[in-house]
Amino acid sequence: MIIGTLAMIYIFILAVFTGVEVISRVPAILHTPLMSGANAIHGIVLIGGVILLGLAGDNNLLCGLGFVAVILGTLNVVGGFVVTDRMLEMFKSKPPAKTNPDQ
Amino acid sequence: MTRASVPEAAFLIASLLFIFGLKRLSSPRSARSGNTMAAIGMALALGGAFLLPGMGHFGWIMLAIVIGAVPGWLLARRVKMTAMPQMVSLFNGMGGACALFISFGEWLGEPADSHDLGRALPMLLGIVFGSVSFTGSLVAFGKLQGLISEKPLRWPLQKTGNALLLAVILASSAAAPSSQHEMWILLPAAAALLLGVAQVLPIGGADMPVVISVLNSCTGLAAAVTGFAMHNMSMIIAGTLVGAAGSFLTVLMCKAMNRSLAKVIFGSFGLAPKEAAAAAQGDQSMREIAASECAVMMGYARKVIIIPGYGLAVAQGQHLVHELDEVLEKRGVEVKYAIHPVAGRMPGHMNVLLAEADVPYPKLQDMEEINPEFDQADVALIIGANDVVNPAARTDAASPIFGMPILNADKAKNVIVIKRGRGAGFAGIENGLFYNPKTRMLFGDAKKALQELVTEVKAL
Repeated sequence: MIIGTLAMIYIFILAVFTGVEVISRVPAILHTPLMSGANAIHGIVLIGGVILLGLAGDNNLLCGLGFVAVILGTLNVVGGFVVTDRMLEMFKSKPPAKTNPDQ
Repeated sequence: MTRASVPEAAFLIASLLFIFGLKRLSSPRSARSGNTMAAIGMALALGGAFLLPGMGHFGWIMLAIVIGAVPGWLLARRVKMTAMPQMVSLFNGMGGACALFISFGEWLGEPADSHDLGRALPMLLGIVFGSVSFTGSLVAFGKLQGLISEKPLRWPLQKTGNALLLAVILASSAAAPSSQHEMWILLPAAAALLLGVAQVLPIGGADMPVVISVLNSCTGLAAAVTGFAMHNMSMIIAGTLVGAAGSFLTVLMCKAMNRSLAKVIFGSFGLAPKEAAAAAQGDQSMREIAASECAVMMGYARKVIIIPGYGLAVAQGQHLVHELDEVLEKRGVEVKYAIHPVAGRMPGHMNVLLAEADVPYPKLQDMEEINPEFDQADVALIIGANDVVNPAARTDAASPIFGMPILNADKAKNVIVIKRGRGAGFAGIENGLFYNPKTRMLFGDAKKALQELVTEVKAL
């Protein structure tokens, strides 16, 4: 399915608003994990690398570029998600955090 | 359902997972599941890409994924929490480079004469954003890792040079689509790579969090425009989400530091006022105190507010702070932590570091919450923090940090500062609080000093 340029621009604009809206109430303590998580999400470029390499055919230059792109993209994705998970892991063991009961 | 619609469905679900994941990331209880959700989305999108019609080279793809995944996983598992900001910056740079390589490949994959503007623009943008974010992130990484001087580097005609680079990028990009020579595209790429370096080198270490956040959204945009070039919805949505969220975060951060984004990017911290402040305080001296005396002050206090700074994290003293907090609480002292929004090196960094040491997070108070409480505090214990308690931000209009919201540690009855040496802070600014008559300095490594304090308080 090929998407028209205009449709892509609509999606772009809607995604801008979604991006701001979705994180607008983030508390300060989560700024660092959020930045790190967002960093992992833009690792979606990896998909571009995979497609570039997968469709490169016998064009060696494209294969090479795609190969490097996939390595770099994977670093971004794996590193990003693992680091974020490690940070967030530390916030979990806080059941006594709610000693003053939620009514 | 045709074969081609399976990947499309995967991309669609992946995009939804990214949005929900990001949403869940912004609340402490659901954050971890949000991250997992986004990771599942990523795996789904990857699977979708494999199923696209006409795909080949699966062996090579898997090999490249393994080559990237192993060091990525190891680095991410092993990095110390204190080194988190530069690690994020490094991974961010990898994403930028990835976008650069893809856009370059897309450009070369088309016959040179078929570059109409609608096709060429996203590729050019991908190359430029990707390049800037690649080299910019590497410089930010180098600065935070201590490989490059954290001091703002200046050279003659800096701004003119950067403007010139920008002009080269614009002009060569404009000429690229009509050029018969495919490799013409290397010119804007090279200029953008240089611009990334030239733009980040002059920025001081204290402003690095803002820079990382800017570069983070820059890579997001690079991913989005690459998605435009490849007609891939999930790339457009995920990239744009990050671009927008990253920009919003940048604004929040700048607000916390009371710095305008333009100032961070175009002008580094002034160096001249530092000497003036130093001269003004030249005839005063700091008053030292012994650990045993500190222990008495805190052990018999009613309320102690701890102000942790990056120095604490560097000394790996978070666990000891928690221990000190516990022995004090056992004696009936009320202990709270005052967290400046930019304590550590990124907003929220200090919260992560203290959470690592099992400090319950209701004890971590934001600046707005805690500032009115300093009046009633008997002791404000400052550990490895400097600029965030500098009263010059309130009083001295000539100070480079004037106007930055600070923790009002100087309102407490007594102030104890644990500090490694007599030097100025991260931003290189003298701190009048250290010369205040009610301030006592406990010089030494934060970890050792805290160890002594814990022992002394226990012995009371």
